[in-house]
Amino acid sequence: MSEAVSISDEVLELTADGPRLIGARCEDCGNYVFPAQSGCSRCTGSRMQRVVLGTQGTLWAWTIQGFPPKSPPYLGDTARETFKPYGVGYVTIPGELKVEGRLTEADPKRLKEGMRMRLVTVPLRKDDNGRDIVTFAFEPVEGESP
Amino acid sequence: MTDVAIVGIGMHPFGRHEGVSGMEQGAIAVRRACEDAGITWKDIQFAFGGSREAGDPDRMVSMLGLTGIQFINVSNGCATGGSALFSAFNAIRSGAFDIGIAIGFDKHPRGAFTPRTQTGTGVDWYGSSGLALTTQFFGMKINHYMQQYGISHRSLARVAAKAFRNGANNPMAWRRNALSEDEILQSQMLSYPLTQYMFCNPGEGGVALVMCRADIAHKYSSRPIFLRTSVVRSRRFGSFEVTAPHLALEHGDGPTIDASKAAFEQAGVGPQDIDVAQLQDTESGAEIMHMAENGFCEHGEQEHMLARGDTEIGGRLPVNTDGGCLANGEPIGASGLRQVYENVLQLRGAAGVRQVPNDPKVAYTHVYGAPGISGVTILSR
Ligand SMILES: [Zn+2]
Repeated sequence: MSEAVSISDEVLELTADGPRLIGARCEDCGNYVFPAQSGCSRCTGSRMQRVVLGTQGTLWAWTIQGFPPKSPPYLGDTARETFKPYGVGYVTIPGELKVEGRLTEADPKRLKEGMRMRLVTVPLRKDDNGRDIVTFAFEPVEGESP
Repeated sequence: MTDVAIVGIGMHPFGRHEGVSGMEQGAIAVRRACEDAGITWKDIQFAFGGSREAGDPDRMVSMLGLTGIQFINVSNGCATGGSALFSAFNAIRSGAFDIGIAIGFDKHPRGAFTPRTQTGTGVDWYGSSGLALTTQFFGMKINHYMQQYGISHRSLARVAAKAFRNGANNPMAWRRNALSEDEILQSQMLSYPLTQYMFCNPGEGGVALVMCRADIAHKYSSRPIFLRTSVVRSRRFGSFEVTAPHLALEHGDGPTIDASKAAFEQAGVGPQDIDVAQLQDTESGAEIMHMAENGFCEHGEQEHMLARGDTEIGGRLPVNTDGGCLANGEPIGASGLRQVYENVLQLRGAAGVRQVPNDPKVAYTHVYGAPGISGVTILSR
């Protein structure tokens, strides 16, 4: 397997224990945001602390991206002949927030609100050094079938 | 405060117009609106103009005549037209001006709207990752809503089929061919559960509305239409909006619910008083959800309302009588003003073959746009 590089270290860290999303938490009201930002969307305060977000959750809402997005900005495959639809959804990270991300599953029959999901990465394309540029995605937890 | 009337309306047809700039389409709409009010550009004291991709609106004074008026550009995503109207409404209501104009025009390239994502970080990781498409939000929101409230795929097709039927009766519309529900359901799945013909497309067009103090309205029009209120709201904490990398765990009402409540309160009328409504239908799911968010029904009731034809031109509450965004396309700067244009025609009784038969007295418009903004107007005779 080739070496992987994160789409952006500011939002996605690749650690020995797996991918981690970086957000922020408001020290005044406890609100979580992703990506990190300087102000709180809930209490309007500005004491935001960088946090690593949880990596497991449940699917809250989903769709399937059925056509190639415009490139730029999209870094993945946009060729009509080879493009593969991919899922997009919000995953509820308990006690924190809902994160929007790609889903590794793209079959409407295999996606169901409430199913358990975990954080993984998916490759978008190779960089100039032959490394995989990866972004984050959510994958159904094994044994989970709708 | 002074009441405000709409005394002149002008439009350049929506669609694709090779060789005609977006600004030229705006200028044509302005001249038609002035003609409708029996005035010329010289009589206009101020303008608010909106366009996203067809140039700075105030540059159009070079086409229309350099009269030295105050001309302010507004930009608010899909609510740009609504924001131009809000600004013009308040410029007159405050007593600062007697007569002015709200203008919207645009000309977008083919294909889905280019994502514009500023998520705060330096890299566009959001768009690069294949997120940030507005179509994804629409798919997720209606998919979630269908499961919550029991809305069927057939209802999505009913909304689109109605839009194309109404568009076929609108000479200003882009899509003028009726499509069957099955054709709509069987077209390419773009963002589940939404198919190609359930989505509107970026397009071209222009609309202008001449507005004045209500007490002088009869100088310009034998059938002035009164703008009872114009409200624009942004999102509050906890709402579910387009292109959001995260959402809060807790739920809050979206900007449409807030704008709608405020508009009804300010106008002193309720949903039951509305005779015709134009609701943002960037895709057919949006029209369904916006029926409830604007107070016209309970969540889930739409399933039966659509099956009964309640929102058809001859129904209890006609919705998107000109074909909406689905049949007209969405030139962003002009789209919200198109809705008001249609309502003025309906209230004047001048909508021709698509005239609603209920002798309409009160009409409603609603726009929604990124990053979570809604605009509502209420008009009356
Ligand atoms: Zn806070």
